[in-house]
Amino acid sequence: MSVAWPTRLDEAVDAAAATPGATLLAGGTDLAVEVNAGRRRPVAVVALRRVRELGEVQITPAEVVLGAGMTFSAIAAELAAAVPALAAAARTVGSPQIRNAGTVGGNIATASPAGDTLPVLAALDASVELSSTAGTRTVPLRELITGVKCTAIRPGEVLVRVRVPPARGAQQFLKVGTRNAMVIALASAALVVDEERRTVACGLGSVGPVPVRPVEAEAFIAGEIDWGRLTVPEAAVARFAELVAGAARPITDHRATAEYRRHAVAVLAGRALRRSIDVISA
Amino acid sequence: MGSSTVAVRRPSDIGADIRRPDGVPKVQGAFVYSSDLSAEGMLFAKTLRSPHPHARIVSVDVAGALAVPGVRAVLTASDVPGSPTFGLEHRDQPVFAGDVVRYQGEPVAAVAADDPATAVAAAAAIDVTYEVLEPVVDPEAALVGPALHPDGNVFRHLAIRHGTTDACGEVVVEGIYEVGMQDQAFMGPESGLAVPADDGGVRLHIATQWLHVDRDQIAACLGLPPELVHLTLAGVGGAFGGREDVSLQIHLCLLALRTGRPVKMVYSRDESFLGHVHRHPARMWYRHHATRAGDLVKVEARVLLDGGAYASSSGAVVANAACFAPGPYRVPNAVIDGYAVRTHNPPCGAMRGFGAVQVCFAHEAQMDKLAVALGMDPVELRLRNALRTGDRLVTGQVITGTAPVAEVIRAAVAHPLPPSLSDKLPMMARPGGAGMTADVADLRRGLGLAVGFKNICFSEGFDDSVAARLRLELGASGSPVATVHVATAEVGQGFVTLVEQIASEELGLVDVVLADADTGVGSAGSTSASRQTWMSGGAVKQVCEQARGVLVERAAGLWGCTAAGLVWSDGEVVREATAQRMDLAEILAGGPVEERCVHRHRQTTPLDADGQGDAHLSFMFVAHRAVVDVDPGLGLVRVVQVATGQDVGRALNPLQVTGQIEGGIAQGVGLAVMEEIVLDGGQVRNPSFTDYLIPTALDSPDVAITLIEEPEPGAPYGAKGVGEPPAISSGPAVLAAIRDATGLELPRAPVRPDDIALRA
Amino acid sequence: MSSQPDRMPQQAPSETPGQPSTDVSGRAASGPTGEAPVVVAPYELSVNGVVRRVVGAWVGDSLLNVLRDDLGLLGTKGACEQGECGSCSVLLDGSVVCSCCVLAVDAVGAEVTTVEGLTPPGGLSDIQQALVAAGGVQCGFCTPGFVVAIHDLLSTRPDATELDVREALSGNLCRCTGYGRIIEAVRTVQREREAADG
Repeated sequence: MSVAWPTRLDEAVDAAAATPGATLLAGGTDLAVEVNAGRRRPVAVVALRRVRELGEVQITPAEVVLGAGMTFSAIAAELAAAVPALAAAARTVGSPQIRNAGTVGGNIATASPAGDTLPVLAALDASVELSSTAGTRTVPLRELITGVKCTAIRPGEVLVRVRVPPARGAQQFLKVGTRNAMVIALASAALVVDEERRTVACGLGSVGPVPVRPVEAEAFIAGEIDWGRLTVPEAAVARFAELVAGAARPITDHRATAEYRRHAVAVLAGRALRRSIDVISA
Repeated sequence: MGSSTVAVRRPSDIGADIRRPDGVPKVQGAFVYSSDLSAEGMLFAKTLRSPHPHARIVSVDVAGALAVPGVRAVLTASDVPGSPTFGLEHRDQPVFAGDVVRYQGEPVAAVAADDPATAVAAAAAIDVTYEVLEPVVDPEAALVGPALHPDGNVFRHLAIRHGTTDACGEVVVEGIYEVGMQDQAFMGPESGLAVPADDGGVRLHIATQWLHVDRDQIAACLGLPPELVHLTLAGVGGAFGGREDVSLQIHLCLLALRTGRPVKMVYSRDESFLGHVHRHPARMWYRHHATRAGDLVKVEARVLLDGGAYASSSGAVVANAACFAPGPYRVPNAVIDGYAVRTHNPPCGAMRGFGAVQVCFAHEAQMDKLAVALGMDPVELRLRNALRTGDRLVTGQVITGTAPVAEVIRAAVAHPLPPSLSDKLPMMARPGGAGMTADVADLRRGLGLAVGFKNICFSEGFDDSVAARLRLELGASGSPVATVHVATAEVGQGFVTLVEQIASEELGLVDVVLADADTGVGSAGSTSASRQTWMSGGAVKQVCEQARGVLVERAAGLWGCTAAGLVWSDGEVVREATAQRMDLAEILAGGPVEERCVHRHRQTTPLDADGQGDAHLSFMFVAHRAVVDVDPGLGLVRVVQVATGQDVGRALNPLQVTGQIEGGIAQGVGLAVMEEIVLDGGQVRNPSFTDYLIPTALDSPDVAITLIEEPEPGAPYGAKGVGEPPAISSGPAVLAAIRDATGLELPRAPVRPDDIALRA
Repeated sequence: MSSQPDRMPQQAPSETPGQPSTDVSGRAASGPTGEAPVVVAPYELSVNGVVRRVVGAWVGDSLLNVLRDDLGLLGTKGACEQGECGSCSVLLDGSVVCSCCVLAVDAVGAEVTTVEGLTPPGGLSDIQQALVAAGGVQCGFCTPGFVVAIHDLLSTRPDATELDVREALSGNLCRCTGYGRIIEAVRTVQREREAADG
């Protein structure tokens, strides 16, 4: 059988195991581009769109659990309150057509440096649940994405769920492209403020082979913020942006120069911070 | 005959917003484009292209391809029976590369197979051994370097020497400007279907801009007389100049003749980017001289166009670039040198605006610089120097037609400005749009003006003509039917609507049927140079007028009188003496009327050694005022509004004119801020709609339009062309507005985010 | 690549319902990398309310290719093969998607609606009518995709602002119109529908 249309997760896992080399098909928006260009020729497909569990989302005070098959449209609509940065990132993906088909699981599995949800998931320390006939394992996103379009997903594994914390403070996502809609990110930045834990997390997209966490910048700014008043001195914003730029590992390609990407991601991070925390002149 | 007929204007179709007749099938998805064609037993073709911009072909082994089951033919250079080369102006481009390839994407072989996948696989199985050579990609180097082709590297050098060439002004400004390589990016990819004919010839159904010039090139390469090569226009998914050159036409016909079967080919988007010509990139040096009072004294310019590997229409493009280099201003003295040179970059040719676009970026930047140097308002400076009827161009030609330059400028700047920047501006409407990057405090607004002009129709003595046929008869229902046959390519511009409007205007109440455009009738020239309203519209008008003369004669015969006392009024012949009327149906009861004509415009002349001559028929003028919001921190731009005044002579269909203006402005905006074929050592880095960005609905500005209607003497109904001007000065106006917002010089289009953010 | 780079040849249907076809001989060439493409068992798609049988398609065939080449629904256009232009827009279970980016086998069990399915018999929808009247059609190659996308937009967000409309249609590229007349057509339909609803 070259195509399987499972409707339950166990069927999907069985189908993936039963057909070595099968392509696991979520929204198809990345796969089809490769197939149309002749760069990939699937021999068998496990179509996951009908698997009910993959489309579900659970929002609890402790955790938001997204089914890997949630489309970007669904994320933008349903998670605007619970995980605003993820909803904002989902809204910037491609066009309505792409958002209606593409999924968060697909974004992770493709692992493009420009994957729009990836910097947010990185900033949220997302973990990813994978199932196979051998069982289920949970892997932090930072371990799962290993390089440009490379992941640690094993043959036969189905990406099932993505676990992130709910918002505990302001969240932002900003993305730069040379067009005002439907554009691949030249650089993007997610900012996640956790007022309970008094942390700031930042995820950067399109400035490295994998999503970048500027940990030095994060630690610096967390120390500069007056967490009682939620203010930060003006000078600290500039330093934060500088540290963000320093963490970026961009390349030059036909879309943008490394210099621009490094510059842009710092500007984005600074703006994200200003939108989240009141900036006071020192 | 015609002398006795007087057209009496009735409430007219001319000037009305008539809906396009192909609109209904197009919205239904029922309109047949070239990519929708099929034929019994057809094969599918695929082109093998060079991956290298410059290489010697050591060997081509097609055995592997022929061994693929389902492959019916594999053709290479040695299989071309006629001329091995083709070309619009000079036949310098090989049908298939033989010994050498000169650009990335140059065809090396073509395959026909039972299905597309097999054709793809077979093309991949052709074994080509290349000796890769260093490409010459710098046009300055090509200008002085060794020949890249037996015909040499300079497609054309046009020198214009006008007035006193050593004149000097009290105020001098100088600048160097660049424009990148723009693509037409029409939506419907190149496609066609070739069917072998019983007479040994071939019938080609093709999306093109000029059937007859395709036919002549195809026939020469096939080694067939032109009459054995019959072309029919298939549905065209946009053109903008990109279908003026041959792409897959010859390959398809060769394969059909070789296999004896119909052969279809549809380019993918990446192949489309490699398979048609682009807008010439330009490097331009300018020096303007003016008096202290602000009168232009002299323009010096050197314009270097990168023509890429083959000539295409480089000669005509550089002529335009040189002729229109000063902009629509009175310039008594000029020293202008235009060069189009051969490199190993992709071939460049026609695109909307055709040479006038590139120089507009430069001359308008210069005018703004000059205004600053003079301390003068830039609008005032332009009005002061604006061309008028009776003025002389730098080619020595006196403008005899309308030249409402001041009017288009005043109209553009008179439009109300959009609301000023405020926090109310939705995030989505700011630079960066959906990326949510800008807070209002990050933004600066800028305002820019640019003015441009260009010729209508072909220039420099070209014998520009359109053949038209008309058959008037009673249809099945007994009502009159006018069947118009012209070879005019409808590429989306709405000529099909104009045919109905003109035939109704001239003949009254008739059902108008437009026969398929094909080579069964004489040439209509190209759908380019904003010329089809004038030329094909004029041909339809002329053939209708001829038919009216026949109808009047016939009515005279039926009444037993002479034609002298008869007039044509509102679709009827009226006998003035008796007030008797005879309608079209009565006259046509005696049998059909058939007329044919060849319509020509006034002859132009070539340019002499100093670039002087009455080379152009008529001119269109346009002004654009752009309002932009710029995020200097990120280098992002949103074009908020473009206001325009456009000289149209007369708007025959204002709705269609609006569509041309809005569409052309979007292309100008695209060139200003995002559109460029990115080249790296002759390699195209972005042959896709993922990476060659064209404006979306969120990038396209509000457009405010004022049409300046001063009927042009000699033009049918006084109508000038309207297609190109919107694409000429809209981009330069956007650049001027970005400069205004940022204070940066920005000498290059398109402006990339780096150009702003890393310099602001 | 051709616009249908991986289209398998359309053979005379030799349907054996429910039985997987493993015989690929004579159907298709091997791919660029040499492996034989896999023809899937005949399957059914529900398109415009009609169940259509697809025989002899390759597993990697896009919905666009199957609609055009197997089912003869030529209203859906292919122009970029990357989901970037929207010319191939269709509704999949009521949501607009790019049919070039949906594998046809993944549409099994879903309802596919194409421009043909949004065209009333012998007439035009209000959206189609407005596009013609407002001058939103020039070359028309993008138009069927716009018809589908506008249908989706106005079904889900009838009161969209002009900016909403521009964003919602940003996945549909048009090179001729600059979008002005297309936006005008959408606004006209919104006004007409609002008036009709009282």
